[in-house]
Amino acid sequence: MTKLIARRLAISVPLLFIVPFLTFVMATLAPGDPARTILGDDFTPEAYQALRAELGLDKSLFAQYADWLRGVVQGDLGTSPVTGLSVSGEIISRVGVTASLVLLTTVVATLIGVGLGVVSALRAGWLAKAVDVISLVGFSFPSFWVGLVLVALFAVGLGWFPATGFVPIDVSPRAWALALVLPITALAVHAIAMVAKQTRDAMLDTLGREYILALRARGIPERSIIFRHALRNAAIPVSTVVGLVFISLLDGTVLVESVFAMPGLGGLVVDATHRHEIPVIQGIVLTFTVVVVLVNLFVDVLYGWLNPKARVS
Amino acid sequence: MTYSLTPDTNSARPQRVRFLRSLRRHPLGALALGLLLLLAAGAILADLLAPYDPTATDLGNSLSGPTGSHLLGTDALGRDLLSRLLFGARVSLTGTAQAVATVIAVGVPIGLLAGYLGGWVDRVAGGIIDVLLAVPGIVMLLVIVAIFGNNESVAMIALGVLGAPGMARVVRGSTIAVRNELYIKAARVSGLTTRHVLVNHVLPRVSGPIVVRASLFAGVALLVETGLGFLGFGAQPPDPSWGNMVADASQFVAIAPWMLVPSGATIALSILSFGLLGDAIRDSTAGRARGADRVRRKVAGDAKEPAATPAQPATETPDDSDALLRVRGLTVSVPAATGQADIISDVTLEIRAGETVGLVGESGCGKSMTGRAILGLLPQPVAVTGGRILFDGQDITKLGPRQLQRLRGAQIALISQEPVASLDPVFTVGHQLKEVLLRHQPGSRREIARAAVALLRDVNLREPERVMRSYPHQLSGGMAQRVAIAMALAGRPRLLVADEPTTALDVTVQAEILGLLRRLQRQTGMAVLIISHDWGVIADVCERAYVMYAGQVVEQAPVLDLFDGPRHPYSAGLLGCMPGRAARGDLLPAIGGRVPQPGSWPTGCHFSPRCPIARDDCTRDPVALNETAAGHASRCLYPLLVDEKVFSHDAR
Repeated sequence: MTKLIARRLAISVPLLFIVPFLTFVMATLAPGDPARTILGDDFTPEAYQALRAELGLDKSLFAQYADWLRGVVQGDLGTSPVTGLSVSGEIISRVGVTASLVLLTTVVATLIGVGLGVVSALRAGWLAKAVDVISLVGFSFPSFWVGLVLVALFAVGLGWFPATGFVPIDVSPRAWALALVLPITALAVHAIAMVAKQTRDAMLDTLGREYILALRARGIPERSIIFRHALRNAAIPVSTVVGLVFISLLDGTVLVESVFAMPGLGGLVVDATHRHEIPVIQGIVLTFTVVVVLVNLFVDVLYGWLNPKARVS
Repeated sequence: MTYSLTPDTNSARPQRVRFLRSLRRHPLGALALGLLLLLAAGAILADLLAPYDPTATDLGNSLSGPTGSHLLGTDALGRDLLSRLLFGARVSLTGTAQAVATVIAVGVPIGLLAGYLGGWVDRVAGGIIDVLLAVPGIVMLLVIVAIFGNNESVAMIALGVLGAPGMARVVRGSTIAVRNELYIKAARVSGLTTRHVLVNHVLPRVSGPIVVRASLFAGVALLVETGLGFLGFGAQPPDPSWGNMVADASQFVAIAPWMLVPSGATIALSILSFGLLGDAIRDSTAGRARGADRVRRKVAGDAKEPAATPAQPATETPDDSDALLRVRGLTVSVPAATGQADIISDVTLEIRAGETVGLVGESGCGKSMTGRAILGLLPQPVAVTGGRILFDGQDITKLGPRQLQRLRGAQIALISQEPVASLDPVFTVGHQLKEVLLRHQPGSRREIARAAVALLRDVNLREPERVMRSYPHQLSGGMAQRVAIAMALAGRPRLLVADEPTTALDVTVQAEILGLLRRLQRQTGMAVLIISHDWGVIADVCERAYVMYAGQVVEQAPVLDLFDGPRHPYSAGLLGCMPGRAARGDLLPAIGGRVPQPGSWPTGCHFSPRCPIARDDCTRDPVALNETAAGHASRCLYPLLVDEKVFSHDAR
């Protein structure tokens, strides 16, 4: 177990430094620079040099990176060259939206996906087919398109949910929940498909094992065999997939937040990209990388907890 | 970013990919390929095919649904959606192709080298792969778009780089599988350069998984390409791409929802096609995937109890036996292409209370199936199709799932060949043992825990408390088998079916386990059915034995009589194979040929094709089991010609 976590840390910790560094390297490769972006088309060479010095762009790549790292340690991710706002402030004010979306979708997708997977493993027939169809749909239809169709049907057509926006939970829990239903559904289709498929495969694999036969031979009730023994064993590979689902939702949220005009990190990164705000994007990349590292660590711990072979040698 | 429609097997198979031929057997895959080719052709020939200029506006006909002049309708500026789809395909499919080309160009060499060279190259590549797999993909792409400006090609090539680790991993796995094959080793030894071996010998063999992976990745790439287009990157208005057409439609969801359909359906169908094509190629190059799936599903059918078949033997002999278990004319079959194939045919045996009986035979002769039938645990779709299994006068073949469950563990218990595999790996021994105990006897937690420790002590486990806290993988085979025996005894069964209980164990441990079974049998007075291929085990513990061959009982007798004078050539042959019984200096005799598969049994005596004393009449009609002496019966027409030398080299 400690070995597992140590190995994961050995990969993850460098990642926290390498990924932002890559963005620095790429930024220097790019044509033009932030100073030019800020000044627009019309500027004097003196003003340009002065701004470069002010932004630290005249320093070496490593010096710039070191400056940035020093800031990160103090919780300062720099300021946006366009809006002049603090990047860390922006990220903190928006992280709640993205967290609500990603965490809730993971929970919803895990519950529904595991349920569908178990049922379809136990009964071949139409339910197994239904899981196949959901997998195909989840795989093929882009989440942003599904989101738009949901808006057309349930927001514009039936008026059950708001078409866009986000309400903080402390303002109105009801409005918060209503605003999240459609975005979560749009994101969840694919996530459910991934979880359901893995659950079904894992359950089928487990139910074919020798110990299931042995449990039956000992007179253990079918309910306990399926829900205590088989599901507990199947949970090991499923937990890994849930981690992957969570990470893929970080990508999905970029698109879905745009569809539903939600003020989250996904929307922020899209805006920042349109405006070439490199510090903002670097801040978000760092945030997402930290989240990925934490999720992977969590999955490793969960894996060890579920799987005694990984826990005790 | 690894999406797959069916489980990935990552296996390299020897066949080279012959897509077109193999696709014939996969209509869905062929359809998908056809659709993709059609879309590509539409993109290339857009100038000729498109009814309108994709940017030509027609404000009089804006936001129309499908009409005669605009087959797929128009957008807010009255631009023809079909024409925009055709021209948009150029952007979207080109981007996809760029990403796929990059994923192959970067991922394949890394995977080949890592898999083929191994060592530090593999470790470095593995490190890079792990790092890249942990990078959030779309956000990273946005970094690149922000830095390099709105250049679709750069973004899609970057996507290919981000996808390369997944490809490299697949190729590495396949290469490792191929590397150790003889002809690759031979090529290496004969002094060919690494480059030559990789390009000419390894690459063709791993091309199947590469194409599969590339096809699945193409779906992902198209998904990302349209996503970027939707967010306003890539092709800029008024030029169409599939993604920005969805974005256009999103402005008019309220008044013209139809606009979502043409672009969304095209994107979804294309992604679906890439996925189906990948699956079809995988199935034809690595034919295992689906097959394995099917087998697993079959096994999973275990979840359902086999349907109780109301089967009656044609001729009922008067049955006044008072044995605990009476199997009468048991026939077990599996559905086959032509009706059904029997696995067990007309098996009759009985076990009295407290008796220890052996069931002997080669693997594949139906012994284990007989054991499982007695527990009502036949794997689907195997089922009892004839005969009865009477336990204490009750016909097990007629019991429902609930009744069977009440019988198992409490009346009839099982221990199996693989002791460690018969324990649930994620629960401690104590947890599992207590669950079984609680199932069969009420009691407080403390009583149950005490009973569990007592049971473990009963099966001679020295530190029962420590064993209780252990997980199955921490136990040796012998310890695990003792635990399994303890669990089987938890319900105080009257019959224990022991299916090859010592086969997987070391010789010294075998003797201990047999001794334990003997002692427990004496103490509890339970009956034991030992299924084994090992005469030593039978001689050690059994009073009587049944010899099975190709689904039939061919001989039954008290063990001593059987050893002294077998009355069936198969029993004689099996006994002759025992090393201890061969005369000193003689070669060990062997029975030529092998057990026929169910469904291809001979009409007459099942053993006749392998029998050295078979005559013409042996093959004519089924042979019945006939008594040769008191308590001794043989399914041989010439039982008196049988002696132990029947298979020896100098017998004839």
